[in-house]
Parts: sequence; C-alpha cells; structure tokens
Amino acid sequence: MLEARDLAFGFPGRTVGSGIGFSLGAGEVMCVLGPNGGGKTTLFRTLLGLLPRHKGNIFVNSDSLESLSRGEIARRIGYVPQGHTAYFAFTVREFVLMGRTAHLGAFASPAAKDLSVASRALESLGIAALADRPVTEISGGERQLALVARALAQEPRLMVLDEPTASLDFGNQVRVLERIAALAGQGIAILFSSHDPDHAFLCAHRALLLAEGRALEVGRPEDVIRPDTLERMYRVSVQVLTTEGAMHTCLPRFNRPA
Amino acid sequence: MPEAPRALAYVLAAGALLVLTAVAFAVGRYPLSLAEVLSALAGQAADPAVNTVVMQVRGPRVLAALLVGAALAAAGTAYQGMFRNPLVSPDILGVSTGAALGAVLSIFFAASIFLAQLFAFAGGLAAVGLVYGVGSRLRGHDPLLALVLTGVVIGTLLGSAIALLKVLADPYNQLPAITFWLLGSLASISPGDLAVAAPLALLGLAPMLLLRWRMNLLALPDDEARALGVETTRLRTLVVGCATLMTASVVAISGIIGWVGLLIPHAARLLVGPDFGRLLPLAMLMGAAFMLAVDTLCRTLATIEVPPGVLTALIGTPFFLWLFALSRRSW
Repeated sequence: MLEARDLAFGFPGRTVGSGIGFSLGAGEVMCVLGPNGGGKTTLFRTLLGLLPRHKGNIFVNSDSLESLSRGEIARRIGYVPQGHTAYFAFTVREFVLMGRTAHLGAFASPAAKDLSVASRALESLGIAALADRPVTEISGGERQLALVARALAQEPRLMVLDEPTASLDFGNQVRVLERIAALAGQGIAILFSSHDPDHAFLCAHRALLLAEGRALEVGRPEDVIRPDTLERMYRVSVQVLTTEGAMHTCLPRFNRPA
Repeated sequence: MPEAPRALAYVLAAGALLVLTAVAFAVGRYPLSLAEVLSALAGQAADPAVNTVVMQVRGPRVLAALLVGAALAAAGTAYQGMFRNPLVSPDILGVSTGAALGAVLSIFFAASIFLAQLFAFAGGLAAVGLVYGVGSRLRGHDPLLALVLTGVVIGTLLGSAIALLKVLADPYNQLPAITFWLLGSLASISPGDLAVAAPLALLGLAPMLLLRWRMNLLALPDDEARALGVETTRLRTLVVGCATLMTASVVAISGIIGWVGLLIPHAARLLVGPDFGRLLPLAMLMGAAFMLAVDTLCRTLATIEVPPGVLTALIGTPFFLWLFALSRRSW
C-alpha cells in the first residue's frame, strides 16, 4: 500500500531525517512516535508529495509517487493535517464535501452521491449534528473530527493522520483511536503520529520511532517501545507496565519535589 | 443559512437591480416617465429626443455601470477567496495602479484620451504580470504572502512614477485629464468601449464560473488543498489571470473606482456564506446594483458630475465599518 525506501526528507537546503524505510500493507496501522521537532509532520508531508524528497523512493500501491497526479494521490491517500485554521465560515458539511474534490471533474460540483458520502463520514464520527454549523464556530476538537470526516470523504485506501488526537479530550481521543482500528478492519492502511506511546499500544500493529533524524526502530509496539528507546527519544525516564489482558502502558518515573 | 433566506437574497438583489435600472433611465437633466423609457427601448418612441436620451446617452451609461460593478465585484470575490482575506480588493496585485500608470503615460506623451484606454488595459495586465512573475520566484516563503508583499512594493513604485508624471505634466492641458482619469468616471463611455470591454470581462468570468467548486478549496491552507487533489499553483495563476483581465478591461474604460470590489463581495458573503458558486452570482448582482446607484447619484446630485470614486468611498467607509462591527467572528 505504502512503501518508503531509504527515504531522506526535509526542507529545501536542510535535511531533517534520512534512512527511513518501511512498508505498510492494507489494514495495517502504523504509529509514528518522536519528540517535538523530530520530523513527524515533515515526513508525512513528504510521503504525500507536498514536499520534495531528498533521497530514496516512495511507492503508493507499487506506483512511484512522482508518477501520480495530485488528483490520483488524493484518491489514494486521505490526509488529516495537524490542526486547521478556518478562514471562512464554510459549514461543516461543505467542509467535508471538499474531500470529494478529487472524485469530481474539474468543472463539476458535488452531486447527490457526494452528499451521501459526506453524510456517512459525518455520522461515522458522531458529528452529524454539526453539519450546518460554520467551521469557524465549532471547538478545536470538533474541527479535528471534521478534518477526519473530510479525509474519510476522500474514500482513500490509505490515511495519513498527523496527530489526530492532539486537541481532543480523553473520550474523543479514545473514540478516534477506535475509529482508526475500525477503518483498518475495513482494509484501509493507516499511518498516524502521536505524542502518546500508549496510542501505539492501543491500536497500532507497528510503531516507527523517529528521533535524531532517523528511524531508531520500526517494529511491533511491544518490541520497540521500551524504557531505553523512550528515554532516548524523550529524555525522560519511563517504565513500561503490562496490565491485565497483556496490554501495555507507559508511566513516567516522576520526580516529585522533596 | 437555511435555503429560503438565501433565495430571498438573490430575489431582493435582482429586484433592486431592476428598480435601479428603471430609475437610472428615468432621472437626469431630461426626466423621462417609465412609459417613455419603455417605448424608446422597444424602438417605438414618438419623440426622437426621448429616443436619443434613452438609447445614446443613458443606455450606454447604465450598461457601463452594470458591467463595471459586476466585473469589479466578481474579481473581488475571487481575490478574497484566494487570498483567504475579506479585506482584499481586486487591485491588491497592482492592476489599478498599473492601469493608472498606463493611462497617465499615454496622456503625458500622446496627450490622447483615446489611447489612454488601451494603455490602461495593457498597463494593468503588465503590472500584475510583473508582480506575479517576481512574487512566484521568491521561493521559500508562503506563496500568497510573497505575492501580496510584491504587489505592495511594486504598487508603491508605480505610484511614485504616477506622482512624478503629475508633477511634470502640463498643469493646464494634461493635469486635469490625468486627475479626471484617476478619479474614474462613467460619463464618457461609448457603446464601442462597451463592445470591447464586455467580451473581455466575460472571458475572465467564464473560467471562474466553471471552476466555482474548486475555487472554494483555495480558501484552505495550501497543503490541505493540494492533498485534496487541487493543483494550487495552476489554479491560482488562472484566478489571478481571470480577475486581472476582468478588472483591467473595466478599469480601462471607467478609470479607478475603488471600494466596489472590496465592499460588495464581503456584504454578499454575509448574506449567503462563502461557497463560491453561490457567492459569485449574488456579488455580481449586488455590484451591478451598487455601481448603478452610485453613478445615478453622481450625475443627479449636483450640477457638476461627482466622481464615482468619491461617492463609493463616502458610502463604502461607514458601510464597511458597520459590516465589520456586525460580523463578530467569521467572514
């Protein structure tokens, strides 16, 4: 579905990370973990072809990324960016309908079929009630859900979500992660980033640890999220606990003032 | 906004336009009744004087006001969406300043008001071409910011060239013509001017109408629009080209008339929301009606013609502030 080989990425004139290699199959979930400024967003933008890569190759369904038009990429990869600045008061429904653009002819407007795709996307995230509200007047968390709905409306085979849980409360975080697991169950490949290693334990098949400009480790979350890798990435001391039902969770060793 | 009040906005705007058109034909130094206007328009006026007033004097002027108002409002609507900013007017990339410099140059060197139109049109296109060429080569910046800043800088440069020409111009023959042109006027627009300007403006309008859905995505951050399948650079180039063509073709015949392209799209957006396909027709109706009202006032308020740019500013400033106070959070 998505494959990166010996990828180097960054901004013009400044390489942020290199030597990235992984492949993601249908129905697989991969979580990218890494410190602030570690290059998660830059990696995602490169994978979407929004930034030119510095080295290596990217394949989407075994087609090289360069060979695909913007519209073709949009039909294959749904993108949920990190936060969204709303400039104009489009309604949530109009906003989600924008996800249909790549399925429409250049001169076409959304038709009944597109409306029903958008409505289903809104319902599946439990925000159908917001459909007629302006995106400028809903909360940050609601807007985050609207972004996910817009990516769903693209009907992609692969979704790239940049910190989809960043501005959500605890309940909505869990709901979005459950949604991610459910989408993977439908055969959609998912790449997402998070600041919480527990999210990788909860719903990812694999984790990619991105730090010091390279992939520290790629593998099953239970194998690669360890006290030593966490300490290396985040520079804090962490213990990884195993709970009932063989779940895992991370707990920092907290320095309380004496 | 629910569908019914939205539809009402179009009906009201179209109704106002119709009434204003009737009024514009009727009032003036030679007042006419509605029946006289209609009979002249049908080509059956008994009095040849009525026929002349309707067909030769007021007809072209009414059409000019409709064209100029609709074109400026359409270009403003496109630019405000594209620059994601409701305070943008169609001349942000220098089309008006370029047109003004073109006109002033032709008055200064050729002393010809006829050539001024051609020079204004070319000047407007050239200025935006220059701004776009320079702005899109400034890599490593937000492309919109680069365009706007280049527009401001080059606009200032062209403005000082105009100031220099005004100082050098013959104060008795050339300066009044320059000042008159810079203030804008619909008084001297001939049917021939309209026959040239209207097709050009339509040529600019057609792609915008066709691409009305995609235009919405320009209001998203660049990355998002591209990830949704829009070639933003190509679409933006097209929009700049179309809006410039529309603006330059009407500025060339009317001179600079400010505020229409800034105020009207903003007001229309408050009525029907930001969706471009709904916004564009309403903005054009309202722009045409506003320009017609202003021009009718310009020729009837006083014994001399009031420059329309002065009146649009007088009406526009308080109206804009009122709109701004009305809309707390969103555009």
